[in-house]
Amino acid sequence: MEEVAFFVGAIGALGGAIAVIALRNPFYSVLALVVHLVSLAGLFLILHAEFVAAAQVVVYAGAIVVLYVFVAAYVGGIEEPLWEPIPGQRLLGPLLAAALFIELSIAVLGSALSSLDSQGPTIALGFGSPSTIGELFLERFLIAFEAASMLLLIAAVGAVVLAGRRAAPSEQEQP
Amino acid sequence: MDITWYLVLSALLFATGAAGVLIRRSPLVILLCLELMLNAGNLALLAFGRANGDQDAQVFALVVMVVAACEVVVGLGLIVAMYRRRLPLNVDDMRSLRG
Repeated sequence: MEEVAFFVGAIGALGGAIAVIALRNPFYSVLALVVHLVSLAGLFLILHAEFVAAAQVVVYAGAIVVLYVFVAAYVGGIEEPLWEPIPGQRLLGPLLAAALFIELSIAVLGSALSSLDSQGPTIALGFGSPSTIGELFLERFLIAFEAASMLLLIAAVGAVVLAGRRAAPSEQEQP
Repeated sequence: MDITWYLVLSALLFATGAAGVLIRRSPLVILLCLELMLNAGNLALLAFGRANGDQDAQVFALVVMVVAACEVVVGLGLIVAMYRRRLPLNVDDMRSLRG
């Protein structure tokens, strides 16, 4: 049963990821990202990370994708030129990515960690539940929590400064 | 399922995202590919956390999610600013740091 769930989630995540980079319309790429994120949330559930899976669906598939859809609709279809500025880019890019995948796999499989070939230890009942994660955040990782909140605040202010400013009259004349 | 499966899937997703960054030229799609790579990292973190029976990895994954959200907000703000100034939305044309 777990294997079936894993392979369904893995196929969804991988298919979504490939669709993101293969579809020409950015709007469809964003929709493919939703498929990827929801499948990944399913995989997180199999790994007993309930709170992370819920946050993934709420934060990513809910909020961030809405932002992407808004910007994709605002900017409109971005036409990518058919000619290649760098010769062989469409050939070399996947080749380099395949090399990266092989390298990462060798690094992971060659590390000979004893836990790699197991399903992990038996875990307690509340593993990954919101209450335990909240306790960790507010006790052991309080500084990281506060830093994350400051980072979010700075990013929100920065986005408003970047996107909300009207171009000065002298800049509007430039093409 | 063995933890190895999750790690190999994570490497595959990361390589897919890297391929997207290399071959696509629209900044919006490049941001999407960065999301793919960050999520692959999250999957590896959670898999390692499950392998060790440790919940700290989930806290790390949540912090990574926060960083990804910030990156998206700033990146989309940049794209909107580029669009308003009628700059070409193509990373190959945006070579100089002069606005």
